[in-house]
Amino acid sequence: MAIATNKAIKISKKHLLGIQDLSVNDINYILDESEAFIKLNQSKNKKIDVLRGKTQINLFFEPSTRTQSSFELAGKRLGADVMSMNMGNSAIKKGETLIDTAMTLNAMHPDIIVIRHQDSGACNLLSQKVNCVVLNAGDGRREHPTQALLDALTIRNRKKKIQGLKIAICGDILHSRVARSNIYLLTMLGAEVNIVAPSNLMPKEIEKFGVNTFTDMKKGLKDCDIVMMLRLQNERMTSSYLSSNREYYEYYGLTPDKLNHAKSDALIMHPGPMNRGIEIDTRLADDINKSVIKEQVELGVAVRMACLKIFCE
Amino acid sequence: MKKQYFINANIIDPHSSINENGGLIIGEDGKIEAIGKKVNTNNLPTREKPTDLKGKYIFPGIVDMRVFVGEPGYEYKENFRTLSNAALSGGVTSVVTMPNTDPIIDNVSIVDFLKRRGRDKSKINIFPCASLTQNTDGTNMTEFGLLAKKGIIAFTDGVKTIQNTRLMSRIMNSAKDLGCLIMQHAEDYDLAKNGMINSGIIATKLGLSSIPDIAERIIIERDLTLLEKTKCRYHISQLSAGKSVDIIKESKQNVKFTCGVSINNLSLNENDIGDFRTFLKLSPPLRREEDREALVQGLKDKTIDVIVSDHKPEDEESKRLTFAQAATGASGIETLLSLSLELFHNGSVKLETIIQALTSNPAKILNINKGNLSIGNDADFCIVDINKPWIVKKENLISKSKNTSIEDKKLQGKVTNTFVKGIELFKI
Repeated sequence: MAIATNKAIKISKKHLLGIQDLSVNDINYILDESEAFIKLNQSKNKKIDVLRGKTQINLFFEPSTRTQSSFELAGKRLGADVMSMNMGNSAIKKGETLIDTAMTLNAMHPDIIVIRHQDSGACNLLSQKVNCVVLNAGDGRREHPTQALLDALTIRNRKKKIQGLKIAICGDILHSRVARSNIYLLTMLGAEVNIVAPSNLMPKEIEKFGVNTFTDMKKGLKDCDIVMMLRLQNERMTSSYLSSNREYYEYYGLTPDKLNHAKSDALIMHPGPMNRGIEIDTRLADDINKSVIKEQVELGVAVRMACLKIFCE
Repeated sequence: MKKQYFINANIIDPHSSINENGGLIIGEDGKIEAIGKKVNTNNLPTREKPTDLKGKYIFPGIVDMRVFVGEPGYEYKENFRTLSNAALSGGVTSVVTMPNTDPIIDNVSIVDFLKRRGRDKSKINIFPCASLTQNTDGTNMTEFGLLAKKGIIAFTDGVKTIQNTRLMSRIMNSAKDLGCLIMQHAEDYDLAKNGMINSGIIATKLGLSSIPDIAERIIIERDLTLLEKTKCRYHISQLSAGKSVDIIKESKQNVKFTCGVSINNLSLNENDIGDFRTFLKLSPPLRREEDREALVQGLKDKTIDVIVSDHKPEDEESKRLTFAQAATGASGIETLLSLSLELFHNGSVKLETIIQALTSNPAKILNINKGNLSIGNDADFCIVDINKPWIVKKENLISKSKNTSIEDKKLQGKVTNTFVKGIELFKI
């Protein structure tokens, strides 16, 4: 299958570190390029050779299922040689710093490094030290750009637009890089964004990003086209933010009752992995008429293929 | 030593309220013999050739109340020799060293070592602090009385804060009994937990855990409440928030205490952190521009007594890490005066007020006969070309560690000569 390329447009950045660095044109370009890959991924022969001869290293310092496999598949389908490194068993455990690891890998001449790291800004640091392209697959609580792009692609696919939509992002905003990237992207593309979270999980001065904030979920969901739920990140919680999971579910879990405040055709999204019965009612998660959670995963591969291709060119 | 004569200098000595054009005579013993406008060519012996300073400034040697030296334990970051060379190039002739070494300065036996090393390797005056609590654990007090007898100038846990209110109350009682100075780094640990930078939009944007300004305020208010009951010599090491300045201004009318500010917090704000610049990971953190302005105002109206460098040398390896992993602190003793002069050049603060906060005020708090140019005292002073432009370059820093918070910054005003006990130890 041939993939059309719009040669006239060029991405404005060398690395994909965050949505903050991108322009509206960059975002639309990536989303447009992704469309072609959706069809490719559904076809029988899924492999093309635009990245043949290129080496992609996936450097994951945090456990990940969908992002890591999605990037690995994306690279392989484009014909790149992909190496995924499980950093749990690496020299980092022996006391090597991120920069030394980066320099070691850099000496092997990779073309792309995909990095996920528990510290905010780790990808920025890496990008200053290596010669190849760096794609951020999530850094601390700062950014997760490909997740925001795949969310945007999913919304665009279903609603045919993003501008003018009312989108609620609900849950653990404080610890969420997905929320930050989505806020940047969706506000840039003209959506109205409502942030719903208990005060303890609401980042300081988040309203300065141009979003509305709510501690009452029903008010926050009112007339929304999209309800984006986030996972409660218990592993990042260092002190008592919440009294209990059951109270959280009562006030901030997505239930049919609360969803009724959104538009009748509202879609439910979740970046995964889900805590069923904590932030989302299990029936809603599986409701094929409302939930697009599986579609997000599917389009994730297409978006990452587009990013690899565009940034590697 | 030969007698030395300097003429035609702008002399500022806040201790004696001298701010005039004149000269300085240093005797053969390295002490100040005469100072001021009466020292001029008309009344000098003709056989002497005085040095004409052509309008350059003479300030008392700077007394820096917050300096970290790597000895013992972290000699690779800074030792007494490199510290004193760095200090001299910035006009600093006396430093108060923090006890956060390895081992911690918390017992009498290590003080002897420290004094010996300071004496043998350092060319400037070293005034060591001991910790308030053993191993800075915040549980058991150190021997304030015995340590003070050995020459410890003040007590502080340095980078740490006494969290336990009952312990703090007892520390104040002991300090009062023994006449000791205690210095607190004000930060509530629970509120500041895992925090790296100021709370607000920058922290939210960078995705970093934050330290709210109330973490500072709560400790200050607690300590000042205790101080009302137990009036000991109490000093708050560094302020970072505008709200803290308000509280201090009000409290100073009722209870006697002093406070300082780091030149970093007076000159920079949280926006300077930019794209995760680890050299600007500081404690207390840089805060909003409004906070910085409030601190400058506090210095101007003398609510804030002292400017410190908070000189914290960190080797490259401790800073070439992610922001979360990187060490806290910046090297700053060499640029303390020049960066402070920026506040004068931009019209924010009077020159005399700045020099007072760098010399006579810290000396008064510490109760030492330094930071002044009184007749009969050691001739510790610096000569400054107050308009000389220069650019801070990492590679030109003398300190063993190069972690400056103001790399590539253009400054105006440079120390050209520094004297300790009448001996010229630094010259451009």
